[in-house]
Parts: sequence; structure tokens; C-alpha cells
Amino acid sequence: MMNLEDLKTPKKNTWCPGCGNFGILMAFKKALIHLGLDRRQIVIVSGIGCHGKIVNYVNVNGFHGIHGRVLPLATGIALSNPDLTVVGFQGDADCYDEGWGHFTHAIRRNVNMTLIVHNNMVLGLTTGQATSTSQEGFKTKSTPHGVISPMLKPLAHALVSNATFVARGFAGDVTHLSSLVAEAVKHRGFAFVDVFQPCVTFNYRNTYDWFRERVYKLEEENYYSNDWQKALEKSLEWGDKIPIGIFFKQEKPTYRDSLPHVRKIALPKLTTEDIDITTLLKSMT
Amino acid sequence: MNKISLIVGGEAGAGITRSGFLFAKACLRGGLHVFGTNDYQSLIRGGHNFYAVRAEAEEIYSQEDTIALLLALNKETALLHRDKLVSGGAILYDGEEITIMDEELDRNDVKLYSVPLGRIVKDLKGELIMKNTVALGSVVALLNYDLEILNEVIRDSFKPDVAELNVRAAKAGYDYAQKRFAGDFKHKLHKTTSAMTKKLFVTGAEAVGLGAIKAGCKFYAAYPMTPATPLLHFLAPLDREFRMIVVQAESEIAAINMVVGASFAGARAMTATSGGGFCLMSEGFGMAGMTETPIVIMLAQRPGPSTGLPTYSGQGDLNFAIHASQGEFPRVIIAPGDAEECFYKTMEAFNIAEKYQMPVILITDKYLTESHWTSELFKQKQIGIDRGAIFMEDEYTDDEEYKRHKFTKNGISPRAAPGMKKAIVRTNADEHDESGYTTEDPELTTAMNDKRFRKFDALLENLERYDTIRLYGPPDAELTIIGWGSTKGPIREAMKLLTNDGLQVNYIQIIYLSPFPSAALQKTMESAGRTIVVENNKTSQLSRLMKENLLTRPDHTVLKYDGRPFNPGELAHRIKELL
Repeated sequence: MMNLEDLKTPKKNTWCPGCGNFGILMAFKKALIHLGLDRRQIVIVSGIGCHGKIVNYVNVNGFHGIHGRVLPLATGIALSNPDLTVVGFQGDADCYDEGWGHFTHAIRRNVNMTLIVHNNMVLGLTTGQATSTSQEGFKTKSTPHGVISPMLKPLAHALVSNATFVARGFAGDVTHLSSLVAEAVKHRGFAFVDVFQPCVTFNYRNTYDWFRERVYKLEEENYYSNDWQKALEKSLEWGDKIPIGIFFKQEKPTYRDSLPHVRKIALPKLTTEDIDITTLLKSMT
Repeated sequence: MNKISLIVGGEAGAGITRSGFLFAKACLRGGLHVFGTNDYQSLIRGGHNFYAVRAEAEEIYSQEDTIALLLALNKETALLHRDKLVSGGAILYDGEEITIMDEELDRNDVKLYSVPLGRIVKDLKGELIMKNTVALGSVVALLNYDLEILNEVIRDSFKPDVAELNVRAAKAGYDYAQKRFAGDFKHKLHKTTSAMTKKLFVTGAEAVGLGAIKAGCKFYAAYPMTPATPLLHFLAPLDREFRMIVVQAESEIAAINMVVGASFAGARAMTATSGGGFCLMSEGFGMAGMTETPIVIMLAQRPGPSTGLPTYSGQGDLNFAIHASQGEFPRVIIAPGDAEECFYKTMEAFNIAEKYQMPVILITDKYLTESHWTSELFKQKQIGIDRGAIFMEDEYTDDEEYKRHKFTKNGISPRAAPGMKKAIVRTNADEHDESGYTTEDPELTTAMNDKRFRKFDALLENLERYDTIRLYGPPDAELTIIGWGSTKGPIREAMKLLTNDGLQVNYIQIIYLSPFPSAALQKTMESAGRTIVVENNKTSQLSRLMKENLLTRPDHTVLKYDGRPFNPGELAHRIKELL
């Protein structure tokens, strides 16, 4: 069995002390251990930003890609080899700004993988600018007069894009987050988990305390995650009370289920030798 | 003379390319050597489209400057192309639908053959588009060619019931022309003894697709963009038969990232696009270089800048391909010149990508991807599969930690794919150490850059294994034409004309543009006469490359950048003007 020690890497962690990323890192490792997965079957993919360094901190297969492109990169890996457990990590700017064009498409493709978004509602590694999930009026170096546009509602977008698994967690509640991640990884299809991840250096507004005062768990509310309308309603809830937990979950055929010729076959295991194209050539004479 | 050049022209949506293709294939089946090329605008209906077919008993490499027969499915076609007609040439048209006045035509050396295409179709109770088939039947009669061959091609190309209707249409057109014009047209076509040997009639895009399938490409992702789209259209319906995954991605950015992901996972993977799409791919292209992930990209050029001429051809992206993406990393750029090279060089591209773990660009253009070439059946064993240093499935059994970017003498670190029992595979678009962990260490940064470029040196050392350049014509000549890519056909045709004029000409085709085959080129150029670089761009990008790599400039350049390929006569004329 895999333990925390197995998942450790020799790399020194450079996240700020108290960063919400630590909660996500721990929740992820615990989920993998809980699920009893083999670390050699796991591939993590990250983009650019503080979150991206996670590839350095978990000893599984990893691809630290470029800004905003985690989803197509992870899609290529997951489509190639269905035996792998593929988990993408993105920051809010990586996913909801730079990579927004891929979000809807990855969701509606329903490739079997998980996406975890470290949503701290600010750009961290570029030293504190607004993102599309920053709240209106939020003042940063790039928005000295306050953010003008309304914040994006990624969970609602995911639902409208026919997501089959939509959840939100809080990095300040590792046990709860870990169970969400485990459910997401277990889900057959595209699983999306948005995580409130306080940035202790640049987000002076959405702090641990700010979230603690507001978040409540859907599962403690007699909530069932099979009602899409209800999920959409909950995904728009914002203010004094903000829900976390599994908003929506549904079984649907994955992208690969519609590819009968390779459904369970890992492409790298198919031979590249002696492929016969004689008939094809003859059809072109 | 057993040969013909003709143009089928009409509105977009009128089945022009298809008609031209059917006629071309009928010529091919008769043992003739055929070349077909299309010209269409960026619209779906209306406008003017045409398809040029040239068929001869001798080997040919491109279209001609002139035509003997014009199949005008609308009036515009007749007026647009009348000047291309040779003296004694003819226009076939539907005189009941269009009137061509003598003063409009302004030529008295051209014959007009009117066939009531529309009325014949109406009598047959067929779809309007069958007018084209009626016309093809008439063309066969005019040329005194074999209607049975056309029928065979029709039967191979349509569903049985539609085919029979078309066979009747062709027969009606044939009978009409036979009755009224038999023996009147001086150009004739007949079957040759080679009719028994099967030959391919394929486009460059199809040949690239065949090469990719044969090379074991298992993942193809692309976003539609002319003139790379035909490759997507070719591969998509073949996915099940050859067990590939073909994905239409949401953008070129997505496509290249998917392809890098698939290759990282261990599958041979490819994408294709044109200039604008390649702009979007540039960052992912650099990531493939940095993470040493083998990928193949077909860059099918069209004229820029920006959207340019979306459905036309050009060679303006060579500099861009060579310099695309930030930072420095090795990349391979291969330029096939015809359909046959498209096939073999695609296979080679996959081998090189994996062997040297770097991105490979197959640089083509619209003229190459969409024109039809006659070719011998591609030999399936000519290029083997070479996956380079790679651990298959569970072959990595060392107790030592697997390092994806392990330092080696030639810079090539044996690849493993995620999912193996003993290897953890980690890579990184950030600078990284041997294990793929992020680093900002100055020594490691230098060492990793050196490692990546050692692979390029290793490839350079082995470059003579590949056909990086090809010489056509005598080794010694007074004139040496130098070109790359799709100018090959028109250049070889122009050579015929120049040789007929008593000039001693040879031609060096440069197939590898990165790494630049300096040694091979220098050697070949030792016996060169006056050098002329021929390119479809404004600034002669190849001349610049030669200057950079060989410290020498060609004596002359012949450049064309109007979106259209060179015609052989035009090219020969422009070369002679320089002498």
C-alpha cells in the first residue's frame, strides 16, 4: 500500500507559509492513499502559477505544462491510455482566464479525468492581479480602482456545459476536500472540483476566516446531487452563505465509450509495426 | 499526340473538382500519367472554381500553361479561361443555357462545341449536377477516348443506383457529341500499354495521411483550416479500421497540446494546420521542444500575412517555421515536393521525431496538399519503423530511479511512458533537472540546453542517411535551379522546356530545411552553374537560409507570390529572361 512517505519528493516546497495550496496537496495525497491507487498509474498535469509547482511535490507521473493548457494536454494523455488516472491542476487564472476556451470543451467531451482548480481569486505568482473570479470592486495592482466586471461562476458554466461531476471544496477543510477529491477521481467521466484556496499574500479579502464564516456543506442540508436545476441554483449562491460539496453527479458515457475500436485499449500498446495499407492504396488507384 | 490538358470550370458547389477528378481518373485507368490541380475561392456557393487536368503518355509533374479543352459549366468560365486555349482548342458548353458571342470570345482559332447538358439531364430525369457527367461523356467522345473506362470510374465513385444514372448520363453526352462532332477535334486520347499496371492517383494530403497510418500514428488532433483540413477529412473516417483516435479539437492550441499529451503517454501523434493555426500552436510547439516530446506537425502553407488568401498556395512560412516559439530548441523541418515524398517523408518524420525526441514539421502548401499526383503504388517496406530509445510497456526494470531527462552522451534520454511498473515519468515546460523537477539552477540550465542541442548534433551526424537534397538532371550544368517543396513539379517541367531550348539545366531540391543540409548542398553545388532560387514567396526565404548556412547567395531568384503555383512555361520564360 502507498503511504504519504511514498508520495514525497526531494523538492523543497516554495509556497508561502499558510498557503491554501498545502491543504489541496494534503487532501490530494490522502485521497490517493484512501483509494489505494498505484502511484505509477497516476499522472498529474499542471499549468503555470503557484499551483503548477504541485508536479514537484507529489511523486507520481507528472507533466508541468504551459499556462492555460492543462485540459487539452491532460485530455491527450487520458485519451491515449485509459488505464491511467489523470488529474489536472489549474489555478483560477490558468483555467478560467488563459485556458477558459478549453474548459467547456473538456467538460462536454466527458473524458475520464479529474480537474482540480486552485481558486484563490487572485493571480499569485505574478504578484497579485485580479482574475475572473476576483470579486467586483477588488483592488489590486492591475485594478487600482477595483475590479469592474462581475465574477465568473465556473460551477454554473460547468453545469451548463453538461458536466457529469461538479464539486467545490475548501482548502481550509482538508478532510472534507479529500473526500471530494476521492469521489472525483473515482467518478467515471470528467470530474471538476473548484477549491477555495486562500492566498495569504495577495488576497486580503477572501481569507481563511472569510471563507470559514460563509461556507456550508451541501451534504448537511438534505441535498441530493442528482438534480441539475437545483445544482444550478446552488452554483449561483454567493454572499453570506456559500455552498461546498458535490453539487451534481451523473453517469454518462465517456468520450472513449463512443470509440468502440479502442474503448479499453491503451494506444501505446497498439503495434506500430506492419500496418497493412494495401486495400487502402488499391482504393486510390 | 496522346495527351490532353483541360479545365473544368463553374460555380462553387457545382461539383467542379469531382468532375475533374473523375475525368483524371479515367485517364489514369487508361495508363496515362495524370496531374490534377484545383483552384477555388473562399466561399461555398457562387464565385468561380476550376480543376485542371493534364494527361500524357509520358511522365508529367505539373499542370501546363495552356489547355486544349475548356469545359465551361457557366459563361464566366468560358470568358475567364479563353486565353489559355491553344490554337485549335475548344470550348464545350451548353448552348441552350449560355450564349457565347463571337465578340466576347474574340478568338477565331477556337472551336465551340455546344451540348444541351441541361436538356439531356432533364430527359433522363436526373439531378441538375449530372450535367457534369453528361459533359464528361461528351469530352470522351471529342477525344475519341474510351467511354467504358469512364463508366468504370463512375461505378467506383458512386452508390450503385446513382452510378447507373450517371453512366446513362455519360452515354447520352457521349452519343450526342459523337453524332455531331466525331473526328472534328484534333486532340485525341487513347489507352496505353501501361493501363494494366495499377497506379495511385493521390493528393499530397492523402499521401501524408497514408504515411501517418503506415507509421503507426495512433492519435491525430486538429482544428479545421485550409489547406490542412483534407488530412483531417482523410483520417477521420479511417479511425476505426486503423485503430486511431482522431479528435477535432476546439482550437489549434488545444490540438497541439492534446498531441503532446498523447505522445507523452507513448502514442505516435500528429496534428496539422496552416500559418494562422501554427501561430496559435507556437507555444505548444516550444513545449514539445522543451519537454522533448516527439510530435509531427504538417504545416500546410497558404499566402499570408494574416488570413491572406485562404484557399491559395504559397511558401511564405519557412522563416516562421524555423524560428517559431520563444527560446532556442532544435526542430526538424522536412519539405516533401510531391505526393510520393509526402508519403515516405511522413514516415521518416515520425521516426526522426521519436529517435531525436523533438518536434518535426512537414512543411507543405495548398498546391501540394490538394493537387493529385500519379504515383507508383507506395512501397510499404521502404521506410521501417524506428522508435528510437524507448522502453515498451514494462521494460524499465532498473532499481535506479527512472529519469526522463537523463544526461547521456548524445543527449537522447531513453523514453518511458507513464503506467510502467518501475518508472515514474515526469517532464516539465519549466527548465528542469534529469528527473523533470523544476530548476532555476544556472549550471543545470546550461547543461539541459546543451543536452537538447546534442540531439541535434547527433541528427546532423546521421543526416546523410536521409534524402536531405535531391539532384535532377546532369551533375554539371550551366544552370542550376534550387528550390524546396511544391515548386518541384513546375521546376521539373520547366527543365524539359529549357533543355528543349538547348540549355544545360539541373535542379537541386532541398528537402531538409532544418537541420540545413549544408554539407550535402555544398558538395552538390561545387559543380553548379549559375544558380537560380525558385520560390513562392516575396523575399526568397531559401536564399536567406543559404546565405546563413553556406555564406553564399544564389546568382538569381525567381519569385512568385500571387497565391498561384508556377506554370512551367512561365517559369522557363522567367529563367530565360535572366540569362
